[in-house]
Amino acid sequence: MLINEFLLLGALLFSIGVYGVLARKNAVLVLMSIELILNAVNINLVAFGAFWGTVSGQVFALFVIAVAAAEVGVGLGIVLMIYRNRATIDLETASLMKG
Amino acid sequence: VVAQHIAFGIIAALMVVGALRVVTSNNVVHAALWLVLVLAGAAAQYVLLAAEFVAVTQVLVYVGAVMVLFIFGTMLTRAQIGRERDLNNKGWPLALVVALVLGGTLAYVLLDAFGDDELPEEPAIQSVQNVSDSIFGPYLIPFWALSFVLLAAMVGAIVLARKD
Repeated sequence: MLINEFLLLGALLFSIGVYGVLARKNAVLVLMSIELILNAVNINLVAFGAFWGTVSGQVFALFVIAVAAAEVGVGLGIVLMIYRNRATIDLETASLMKG
Repeated sequence: VVAQHIAFGIIAALMVVGALRVVTSNNVVHAALWLVLVLAGAAAQYVLLAAEFVAVTQVLVYVGAVMVLFIFGTMLTRAQIGRERDLNNKGWPLALVVALVLGGTLAYVLLDAFGDDELPEEPAIQSVQNVSDSIFGPYLIPFWALSFVLLAAMVGAIVLARKD
């Protein structure tokens, strides 16, 4: 198989995830789009590992999976805090930093 | 090899459809269920790439744990679960432009760099033993740091979610 099949699939998923992060305003949906991006990166890492015949790609993919799990835990904790303080998770209302 | 191509094509098509539904669906719970399809498809792609340990971890951590977290997050932050209008920003056409430009650039660069490089016909099977030897050998320090990241995330999530 061509390595580009996997790399192009990863690029497509990455672009879809970027669209989701930019276009969505529900915080949970933004976190889901971030998961799409991380998975696209993982597919690339494993594909390059198979391409060069090393195990490092898989090890990095495992590290990314672990970091993603931590990120979702903290991210959803923050979303819960926003909900508790404002009774909405609409990201357009979280604009205090704009002054 | 032909069977591999067919399997790749079917799974990739399912993944792309699922990903598009995740970012376009009007219903948060449906988006979460489409995300399950994408994550399971990624696990299948890892099997095609002879990375079975990563595939099993993907199913355990993503399809198992992370999706339960998302469902809980949806449940705890919303009164009613159902169709909802207005999940998108006002600026979503700009996001579409950014994503299209980014995807086009990535595709051009990849086709330019790896035009028709073949994956090895018989991918070197990296056994679980090789993976663990690598994690606990050359990558021991990053693994150690990762343990602290997980600990910090766990403490942080508890502190954030505590009521008082």
